[in-house]
Amino acid sequence: MRKRLADRETPEIERYELFERPGYRFALDRRDFLRFSTTGLMVVLSAPALSAMQESGRRGRGQSQPRQIQAWLHIDEEGLVHVFTGKAEVGQNIRTSLAQAVCDELTVPLDSVKLVMGDTDLTPYDRGTFGSRTTPVMAPQLRRMAAAARRMLLARAAEKFEAPLDALSVVDGQVRRRDSEDSASFGELTKGSRLSREVSEEEPIKNPRDWTVSGRSAAKVAGESFVTGKHRYTSDLELPGMLHGKVLRPPAVGATLSSLDSSALEEMQGVKLVRDDGFVGVVALDSRTAERAIRAIRAEWKLQPNQPNSRSIFEYLKSHPSESGGWRVRPPHVVGSVENALAAAEETLESSYTVAYIAHAPLEPRAAVARWEEGKLTVWTGTQRPFGVRGELAEAFRIPEEKVRVIMPDTGSGYGGKHTGEAAIEAARLAKAAGKPVKLVWTREEEFRWAYFRPAGVIEVKSGVSKDGRLLAWEFHNYNSGSSSIRTLYEVENQTIQFHAADSPLRQGSYRALAATANTFARETHMDELANRIGKDPLEFRLQNLKEPRLRAVLERAAKEFDWGTKKTGQGIGFGLACGFEKGGYVATCAEVSADSPEDIRIRRVVAAFECGAVVNPKHLENQVEGAIVQGIGGALFEAIEFKDGKIVSDRFSRYRVPRFSDTPKLEVHLIDRQDLPSAGAGEAPIIAIAPAIGNALFSATGKRLRSLPLQNSV
Amino acid sequence: MTLLVVNGARVEVQAEPGENLLWVLREKLGLTGAKYGCGEGQCGACTVLVEGRPRRSCITPLSQVEDRKIVTIEGLAKEDALHPVQQAFLEADALQCGYCTPGMILSALALLESNPNPGDEDILDAMEGNICRCGTYPRIKAAIQKAGANMGGAVE
Repeated sequence: MRKRLADRETPEIERYELFERPGYRFALDRRDFLRFSTTGLMVVLSAPALSAMQESGRRGRGQSQPRQIQAWLHIDEEGLVHVFTGKAEVGQNIRTSLAQAVCDELTVPLDSVKLVMGDTDLTPYDRGTFGSRTTPVMAPQLRRMAAAARRMLLARAAEKFEAPLDALSVVDGQVRRRDSEDSASFGELTKGSRLSREVSEEEPIKNPRDWTVSGRSAAKVAGESFVTGKHRYTSDLELPGMLHGKVLRPPAVGATLSSLDSSALEEMQGVKLVRDDGFVGVVALDSRTAERAIRAIRAEWKLQPNQPNSRSIFEYLKSHPSESGGWRVRPPHVVGSVENALAAAEETLESSYTVAYIAHAPLEPRAAVARWEEGKLTVWTGTQRPFGVRGELAEAFRIPEEKVRVIMPDTGSGYGGKHTGEAAIEAARLAKAAGKPVKLVWTREEEFRWAYFRPAGVIEVKSGVSKDGRLLAWEFHNYNSGSSSIRTLYEVENQTIQFHAADSPLRQGSYRALAATANTFARETHMDELANRIGKDPLEFRLQNLKEPRLRAVLERAAKEFDWGTKKTGQGIGFGLACGFEKGGYVATCAEVSADSPEDIRIRRVVAAFECGAVVNPKHLENQVEGAIVQGIGGALFEAIEFKDGKIVSDRFSRYRVPRFSDTPKLEVHLIDRQDLPSAGAGEAPIIAIAPAIGNALFSATGKRLRSLPLQNSV
Repeated sequence: MTLLVVNGARVEVQAEPGENLLWVLREKLGLTGAKYGCGEGQCGACTVLVEGRPRRSCITPLSQVEDRKIVTIEGLAKEDALHPVQQAFLEADALQCGYCTPGMILSALALLESNPNPGDEDILDAMEGNICRCGTYPRIKAAIQKAGANMGGAVE
């Protein structure tokens, strides 16, 4: 049953986001949140535990299941609205979009709503901020609470004014009586009283067409604190008596410590060595001393021999299947008979594609500040899963989760790379030994070497097509990179599609849009190859085999805005397009490239059309789409982790190229606002179509088909 | 003891002359607006102005900035009024996570002080050393051009 639900009703969440054990989901005690408010108005949203676990906002089966609190909202006597959610802000601007949602329902100005986020003692449990789930799931939940609060305030005002409900309206944080001058602010209505209510998922909320705050480009909440440098990221925090920590790292993946000489530390003032099994670290009065101390340690390591490298990795992944990765092995998706269809097809094609490991390289590296007080651990850290990290800490120190508090300051980005709590655990271990708070900030090299990567992978595609361009057979095998967006939305009667888990020699995990980038690259490159084989225009060929109206709409829009088909290719100039669907978002991307020589590839212009339902904040959405495309250019053209003998060679920005100003093309984003559809998240899907669009454009410019990401490595 | 002039104030710092300016600003002076991003002068998150020119504070030894005027992001806004470049970044929504923003703003300010109407190439030249992993480059470019226009060429 769960499988069926998961398959059919939720966008696929990939194994990298599910492999960790399910966290405890203790329902919070009412007194836990009521202590924040002696008076005022409190609304709590609870949902059946099954639904909460799947984070889907659907009703569970039967009402007998334990209910779990999802979020709560409080209005104080000043009329200030506090909304509590376990989601985390990493630059995607949900602090703004969620506040907009609350304002719509409550009819208050934006600056009277404050979101309290990602603090495990203050906010309800949340599995994490990933999978583009905040907008489709958390936003409606907050809306329900806010809508319930508005109804409560109206009822209260009706009582106060002795007026019927339909004589009242809510304007800018005030309930007004239409037939007189009477009005009361939310603060006045809640003053001295304790109103509380639990709402369910049936609470009616506004239709996007009736939004007044969402659907508009509200400015980034707390934007000023960022442009003035006042915002405190984890790495900027300082606690009284705080020490600075550093951890000894092995030279390569799989290396084990064989000997350690720390005698040099004895002469260093205020430095303390912390050793716990394989963990070796130091604390010092300042971070420079901690760095010097860690360098002064003489360590010998036993290296793990015979590891694959960045050249041999693709053969390795294909020849090292994994059944033990902790995720469920899915059977292939089979429709019809690919074998028969291939035998009957007039044209067939077989190609293999690869994608390299790449790094998230968030500009703020992992960091944590840890403090122990009377057996209770508090850790400030930048993570997309504060509650997950709380679980990791509880497990690492064998203490109950109630003894751990994780606080997540708005963070210097993540892109799926900050799901885990390495720095938090390390800082906590050092703080425990030191008996004082400890701050630990990873260096850029540590971030490149010891965080996790977007998986490398191999994708093999076989296809058959009729001479007039009808897709007949589609066989698609993905080794290791993942199953997100592995299915095709093109109409094809005979399909075999399968993901094959492999044993990755490098640590791998979630990355913005997961494997949708790899799968869309392979699928959309292959579609281009097929179009070329039968001599059809790539746009026409796609549309011929595509019924899905939302995908057609973005494809047609992008092509129109790009003036597809009106300009001549050749002389080193080429045009390419690609489209795809992921996590509720539909994207089509057209690219114009120039390739005067293999070393001089330039992306001259990119036009993207994107649709993810009703648009919540046009400016922020446009920013997300642009940012995804710019970031995607890195993985498309030049980003790749080079590794050898377990050593990450590309371990700094001078050895790992990320997109810069000069890599940014002329970029046009066209948003399709579908107010008739629920909003989906937008942080991920827009990244998936840029790589194949560029690759297809390079083919049109040079006649050379590139089948490996990054494309520049295969030129 | 090294004498620094930071955001108009003279401060004495007890640190080795070879220590990097970023560390001194952040840990000794509590000015955390300049960020650590790479430690090799590659990403620009640590950018500050020294005598009006952008410097990567993570690879700038203290000895090179003794008695010279240093401006950090904390020194831009005057009381409650944002600097026009800060204002333009907000208006253009030229940030997402904001971690690169202080460095971007200071690099942009240095550019605008020498060239109030920068073209695309000027912006590339001046800003290529600043990385934004969120990919807001087109917006930063727009913010720079807008700030230049707002400052009307009369940049101090």
